[in-house]
Amino acid sequence: MIHAIAFYLFATLVVASAALVILARNPVHSVLWLILAFFNAAGLMVLVGAEFIAMLLVIVYVGAVAVLFLFVVMMLDIDFAELRAGFIRNFPLGMLIALVLLAELVLGIGAYKAGVIHLGTPDGMAAPLVGRSNIESIGALLYSKYLFLFESAGLILLVAMIGAIVLTHRERKDTRTQNISKQVSRRPDEATVNTKPEVGKGVQL
Amino acid sequence: MDLAASLSLVAPEVLLSASGLVLLLVAAWAGDKSARAISYIGVALLAVCAFLAAPALCGGAMGADTVAFGGQLRVDAFAVFAKLLIYAASGMTLLVAPAYFERAGAMRAEFPVLILFATVGMGIMVSATDLLALYIGLELNSLAAYVLAAFLRNDGRSAEAGLKYFVLGALASGILLFGMSLTYGFTGTTHFDGIRAALTGEMSMGALFGLIFVLAGLAFKISAVPFHMWTPDVYEGAPTPVTAFFASAPKVAALALAMRVALDAFGTQAAAWQQIVIFAALASIIVGALGAIGQINIKRLLAYSSINNVGFLLIGLATGTQQGASAMLVYLVIYVAMTVGGFVAVLMLKDADGTPVEGIPEIAGLSRTRPLIALCLAAVMFSLAGIPPLFGFWGKFVVFQAAVDAGMIPLAAIGIAASVIGAFYYLKVVKVMYFDEPADVVKGTSDWAHWALLVVSALFISPLGYLLTKWMGELADKAAAALFFAA
Repeated sequence: MIHAIAFYLFATLVVASAALVILARNPVHSVLWLILAFFNAAGLMVLVGAEFIAMLLVIVYVGAVAVLFLFVVMMLDIDFAELRAGFIRNFPLGMLIALVLLAELVLGIGAYKAGVIHLGTPDGMAAPLVGRSNIESIGALLYSKYLFLFESAGLILLVAMIGAIVLTHRERKDTRTQNISKQVSRRPDEATVNTKPEVGKGVQL
Repeated sequence: MDLAASLSLVAPEVLLSASGLVLLLVAAWAGDKSARAISYIGVALLAVCAFLAAPALCGGAMGADTVAFGGQLRVDAFAVFAKLLIYAASGMTLLVAPAYFERAGAMRAEFPVLILFATVGMGIMVSATDLLALYIGLELNSLAAYVLAAFLRNDGRSAEAGLKYFVLGALASGILLFGMSLTYGFTGTTHFDGIRAALTGEMSMGALFGLIFVLAGLAFKISAVPFHMWTPDVYEGAPTPVTAFFASAPKVAALALAMRVALDAFGTQAAAWQQIVIFAALASIIVGALGAIGQINIKRLLAYSSINNVGFLLIGLATGTQQGASAMLVYLVIYVAMTVGGFVAVLMLKDADGTPVEGIPEIAGLSRTRPLIALCLAAVMFSLAGIPPLFGFWGKFVVFQAAVDAGMIPLAAIGIAASVIGAFYYLKVVKVMYFDEPADVVKGTSDWAHWALLVVSALFISPLGYLLTKWMGELADKAAAALFFAA
């Protein structure tokens, strides 16, 4: 029973907040709805017993969304004073979402304690290792069966990094950068000269 | 199968990845002045990989010995055939690129490294027998391709090409992934063998949707109509060596992948995809032929020509027979040779300042100012049009032969009729070069690598190419047999 309630709650909220991501006129609101969508998707993962993926969703996606949020704030012209002005007006909505999240936490944990939902019976290599946690099972698969593809995925990330550097990095000739070895290899007697100029005469540099 | 055996099967990919990483370090420390040297090392590496892979093709490798990593990859004669073509096309790009980018002052040492990684991705694509391997290979190749398209970052057109390719490519990847998730959901496996076994008999609506989305995603990658919109813009904007690369290697890889997906994974549901492929084939031939007529930029013209050629190749796939697959492979070899010849000739067209010349009016009277380039370009155009003494005719002939043998006579008839439309714009280029008053724009000299590649590809597509038909046909038959043995 608690499973069904928790599932429908999470599922409805994922769909609703995903719809609001594209319907919200304000990009900042879109980003916030996106976080809610990810959070609820993580809840669904918890329900089927995939705690590790749930944690990944929260850490990676919600973390990445925070970065995205920064980009939105930097790139778009958003009047934050106006946003904050709506705080009191939107306070009830905010409280409502907070309450829903709290309820979700309670329900989710309750459902998780009551045992996971079984989605058919996985077979062969796909079956979880008995007595091992999610992370151990995933690691055992990634580093044995899917080793080649895992390493290739690493190569994809490397290509993405090379691409970003190639397309944006420029060597600027006009900036003065710090040359540490030059600084360190300077000797005091080359750097400063002790002179005692006579009164009325100039200094030879 | 143990890990060592699997690794020895993917030795070319491992070698290319490892040396790509080393060359990346060299590029980082030695800087852009090492770019030419790295490019030539890359060509040498590709040649080594070709020698590593070739024995499997000559021996017609198939069956359980070719399966690597528990069925994720299958390095059979078919995969090796495609790989050899891909290595040749990538090596060609590495040979012609330094001269072009040095003139533009934009040669970066990362260029050859990106090409090598893209080649690794394509190697995975053509041997993939699992949806995961398919996707990872495709993304590795595409991601490098997006960067390569925008490589001349100070040129607005190149940046536009990169952005367009990236946005539309990401959309296509999304479509493909959606299709793959549906397929996985309705068959319960990502292995091609498993999908094939699960899809016998009546096909459910969900699996059909999965099939359509997967094919749509692949159609984007091979720029088949109706997913061809990006092609002219990207081909025009990307630096010419990169365009030559796009038109050859990734196309071979994506077509080989489409063949494997259609004939192996969805092989029991041929009726479901055949009508889609027939539509895409005919639409590509017709749109490619009609779209090219109004073009005045030769790179755009060659882009439409590549759409047109994909149409002919898809006729081979539409037959769904072993003969059709073999014909496609023969056509692919000839297509790569024609593409290389065409784009290298375009690369050699530049004015007195060394700025590339791309307009068709500007090459008027080329036969009088640069007779050898004009002759080679004319040979490429005649060959693309499929006019008999040249080798391009043979490719079209085997494909139509396969279609007729499979009882698809209307399809072959429409294809032949549409290839006549195509002949119009190919011959227009020849007419401009040979019979118009010289515009006298094309000046300057070219690198030895350009001349060498131009002459080699022109000789290949000349009537001399017919000496190779028997040998090429045998290899293609072995490759097709391996593809169908698996299926």
